[in-house]
Amino acid sequence: MAKVIVDGQEIEVPGEYTLMQACEAAGAEIPRFCYHERLSIAGNCRMCLVEVKGSPKPVASCAQNVRDLRPGPNGEPPVINTRTPLVKKAREGVMEFLLINHPLDCPICDQGGECDLQDQAMAYGVDKSRYSENKRAVEDKYIGPLVKTVMTRCIHCTRCVRFTTEVAGIAELGLIGRGEDAEITTYLEQAMTSELQGNVVDLCPVGALTSKPFAFNARPWELLKTESTDMMDAVGSAIRVDARGREVMRVLPRLNEAVNEEWISDKTRHVADGLRTQRLDQPYLRENGRLRPATWPEAFAAIAARVKATAPAKIGALAGDLATLEEMYALKGLVAALGSSNIDGRQDGVKLDPAHGRASYLFNPGIAAIEEADAILLVGTNPRREAPIVNARIRKRWRMGGVKIAVIGEVVDLTYTYDYLGAGPDTLADVVAGKHSFAEVLKGAKKPLVIVGQGALARADGVAVLSLAAHAATAFGALAEDWNGFAVLHTAASRVGALDLGLVPGADGLDAAAMAGGGVDVLFNLGADEIAIGDGPFVVYIGTHGDRGAHRADVILPGATYTEKSGLTANTEGRIQVVNRAGFPPGEAKEDWAILRALSDVLGVKLPFDSLVQLRAAMAKDHPHTLRIGGLAPVDGAAIGALASRGGKVEASPFIAAIDDFYMTNPIARASATLAECSAIAKGSHRQAAE
Amino acid sequence: MLADNDRIFTNIYGFQDKSLKGAMARGHWDGTKGFIAQGRDWIIQQIKDSGLRGRGGAGFPTGLKWSFMPKQSDGRPHYLVVNADESEPGTCKDREILRNDPHTLIEGCLIAACAMGAHVGYIYVRGEFIREREALQRAIDECYDAGLLGKGNTNGWDFDLYVHHGAGAYICGEETALLESLEGKKGQPRLKPPFPANMGLYGCPTTVNNVESIAVTPTILRRGASWFSSFGAPNNLGTKLFCVSGHVNKPATFEEAMSIPFSELVEKHCGGIRGGKDNLLAVIPGGSSVPLVPAEQIWDAAMDFDSLRALKSGLGTAAVIVLDKSTDVVRAITRISYFYKHESCGQCTPCREGTGWMWRVLTRMSEGRAQKKEIDMLLEVAGQVEGHTICALGDAAAWPVQGLIRHFRHEIEKKIDAYSANPHGEPVRIAAE
Repeated sequence: MAKVIVDGQEIEVPGEYTLMQACEAAGAEIPRFCYHERLSIAGNCRMCLVEVKGSPKPVASCAQNVRDLRPGPNGEPPVINTRTPLVKKAREGVMEFLLINHPLDCPICDQGGECDLQDQAMAYGVDKSRYSENKRAVEDKYIGPLVKTVMTRCIHCTRCVRFTTEVAGIAELGLIGRGEDAEITTYLEQAMTSELQGNVVDLCPVGALTSKPFAFNARPWELLKTESTDMMDAVGSAIRVDARGREVMRVLPRLNEAVNEEWISDKTRHVADGLRTQRLDQPYLRENGRLRPATWPEAFAAIAARVKATAPAKIGALAGDLATLEEMYALKGLVAALGSSNIDGRQDGVKLDPAHGRASYLFNPGIAAIEEADAILLVGTNPRREAPIVNARIRKRWRMGGVKIAVIGEVVDLTYTYDYLGAGPDTLADVVAGKHSFAEVLKGAKKPLVIVGQGALARADGVAVLSLAAHAATAFGALAEDWNGFAVLHTAASRVGALDLGLVPGADGLDAAAMAGGGVDVLFNLGADEIAIGDGPFVVYIGTHGDRGAHRADVILPGATYTEKSGLTANTEGRIQVVNRAGFPPGEAKEDWAILRALSDVLGVKLPFDSLVQLRAAMAKDHPHTLRIGGLAPVDGAAIGALASRGGKVEASPFIAAIDDFYMTNPIARASATLAECSAIAKGSHRQAAE
Repeated sequence: MLADNDRIFTNIYGFQDKSLKGAMARGHWDGTKGFIAQGRDWIIQQIKDSGLRGRGGAGFPTGLKWSFMPKQSDGRPHYLVVNADESEPGTCKDREILRNDPHTLIEGCLIAACAMGAHVGYIYVRGEFIREREALQRAIDECYDAGLLGKGNTNGWDFDLYVHHGAGAYICGEETALLESLEGKKGQPRLKPPFPANMGLYGCPTTVNNVESIAVTPTILRRGASWFSSFGAPNNLGTKLFCVSGHVNKPATFEEAMSIPFSELVEKHCGGIRGGKDNLLAVIPGGSSVPLVPAEQIWDAAMDFDSLRALKSGLGTAAVIVLDKSTDVVRAITRISYFYKHESCGQCTPCREGTGWMWRVLTRMSEGRAQKKEIDMLLEVAGQVEGHTICALGDAAAWPVQGLIRHFRHEIEKKIDAYSANPHGEPVRIAAE
């Protein structure tokens, strides 16, 4: 700890604090552009200059540590002033320099209203310009379909460059040229290849990089902001949904240190237009092989007629990837009330089962704890596609140094270096048996981490692979008193919730593949669009988009997307988080739990709740951990030991990552034109006219 | 005038044999092994006693700088880096050393490396110096062949010396930008602290010295610190290479004792001011980045760090640019201002934006297309650039402008008056319609 005097107030701060942090600890506000907590320090905007007693020049407070300050002649603490005329003048000077070549086109700039330059010019600038020369103009660059550039507005803070190289791990954005002619570009004007590129828009303190899909759509002050949780992947990033009226205009990240820090993936951010298109806004009924619009009573009557004519054992239900806990609980209740045990929330056929214990399907250490791991083994997963935010954490850990990372599965660019061990379960078995050199690394590690992906588990020998992975975790000391290094990385937002609530077939029940293959006569499909349902069953589809599930449906009941309903969701860590309604569903669409509740009444098995609050109370009674919102419930690691001893025969076929196309993983994403363009570029099939 | 036998650079004009044999005949590489045997503390103490101040422009005491290097290595190697990126307009001293007297530098590198515990040295040569680099490389090869450098050399200090060729950016002469460039990155200055003595090249303790600072050390050790300190005024000791250019009859680079009066410098070595003493307008005494000094102040001034500082200028690299009364001083400074605008790396705001602003205003002023109130604005802008940047390029860009306004404000006003009296030059003819 070191003592400093900031604006006459003596405070004690850690020596490694920067002067900026020390000033903020003392309550002084320091303007800045280039400084960002999660990026390296550039010190180039010079906006954060403060006066340090004894230094002839003002000092950039972001770039100097408190311990580098010299004490006064008699050992008195260093003195920092942030409100002296010198500081005021320096800030005005820097602000003037920033503005002389800035276009001042705020009325037509999308950053207007949330622009750091605007705000700080108000607070620290002068009211008029003395610059009478011509302003610099810079050509706009093409850097991809998500980020629009107006490079004349750029103030060269290099936040975007530092983000892409440090966090996203792509060296595709840089500053070329010198002096006044310096420009930010992707060198050859190609689209960036990162799944996190949308974050540069948030980082840009001015309007140089703005969101292309959001361009000229709305002003920030006309948007209703709702704090929510993302459901595009199993990470559960904290998001803020900005809506105007019913329409979601954009999605922005919220701070959640435990999960996504302050980044979100491009799918999370740019799915907004997918929420508007391809929507199911009224019930449909299949007649003579064609779907026709229907009313709710018509649709319910058709279902009731069918259900009454069917034996309970021939009724089944599937839950998809975007369902909240409440509606899955309601679905389970409905199926149980109908006397069936045919239910499955694992449409991808993953061999996870709550019977193995909760620890067997969670990302046990938590996402933030990746930073503590000193050896990481990735089994059958491509985190860059399956969970870019988790991949960014692994990369963050890798940048800290002192970690060994190895991959069993496909050879892919993960943005960090790793040892490639092999392609399939055989290699994993070799590692477990200690026959592989990486086994020594894991053995020597204090906090080894084994991350198992869905690609390793959604196969016939999934249980054996899971057991093998658990064996790896137990054999190499990943299960200690204060460390559980067995982590299952999910790809679907609702999967952990489904497993938590027990949406798996009962004793003589059918699983997803059996039901879809025709094992049932009536199938309730709660948004399961990633599974092909064969001919035979009468399918009741409760969902939001005209996607694969709706095409195969006999009755469509229009539901609500995750931005149109309130609910709870469990992410891959088992963290229960709140999804909030930002707007109402379109047309006659209803919230899914309410549809199930109404349907149960028609079917004569009325579910015992009339409101979401009652539903939650009932669910909490059966599953108390759903009350623990935001935190992680303690999980018994002993289950992993039991799983490890289970064994089983593995096949030789290599692991194939669960996600082939990052941008097209669910019906909402598939309805988004923005993500379709991204997908086309990622596949290399995007054509652009030569200019 | 410095006696010939007191000159350190005895072949600065290349009239003698430049080879190792010739250098040894002139006394170089004599007793080097003995100096190294005395140990690093002795070397540093000798340099401190000699009062040598860095010859690259800032005048930081060289011995003190060397003493900042960690005494014990923490496992990281130490590096010596020699800054031969001599790009300051008007300066042409290091290039003469490189091409004509390279052995002074190479021997100095070995001694300096020993003093800072470095076994590897890099010489960063300016991109435009092609022949100089070849001469230096030739000399280094000779030393390797003679067993003076490399592992297990006859001097008793393992030392490898590499020549690195820059690409011609002025900013790479700034020590941390030089290190970035040497590492293969874009030449942009680093934030300090950490200083290179802690975290320099590849994150290891590094000292960056000017060519001349290094090249004078062997002779200082050979002839003794007291010999070196017998020249010059207190705190400004030793001999120094001066490069006089501009409006003198015989522009030249020569070695002279520090604190020599300006008058003696030009009269004895350069054949006087073109058109006589009375024709002198001003002098830029230390390379283009220092403020100019008008004739009446500079004539009797001692050419050293402290006296020129008292004149609100500086010795810099001792590149004396003489301007006689035929000079359009506003245009001259405008050209210098353009140089700094062109060479600004673009990293930090005040320099990136301010250098262009100053140049544009000066361009108008040199034609008279300006208002008088803009002179004060220009001075304020220069003040906002100075001291607000990461490296000293901002200062270097601001000082010439400040010097111009301090001493030649009337020249600017004259131009503005002349322009506003007849803004269109020739009367504008308008066709009758």
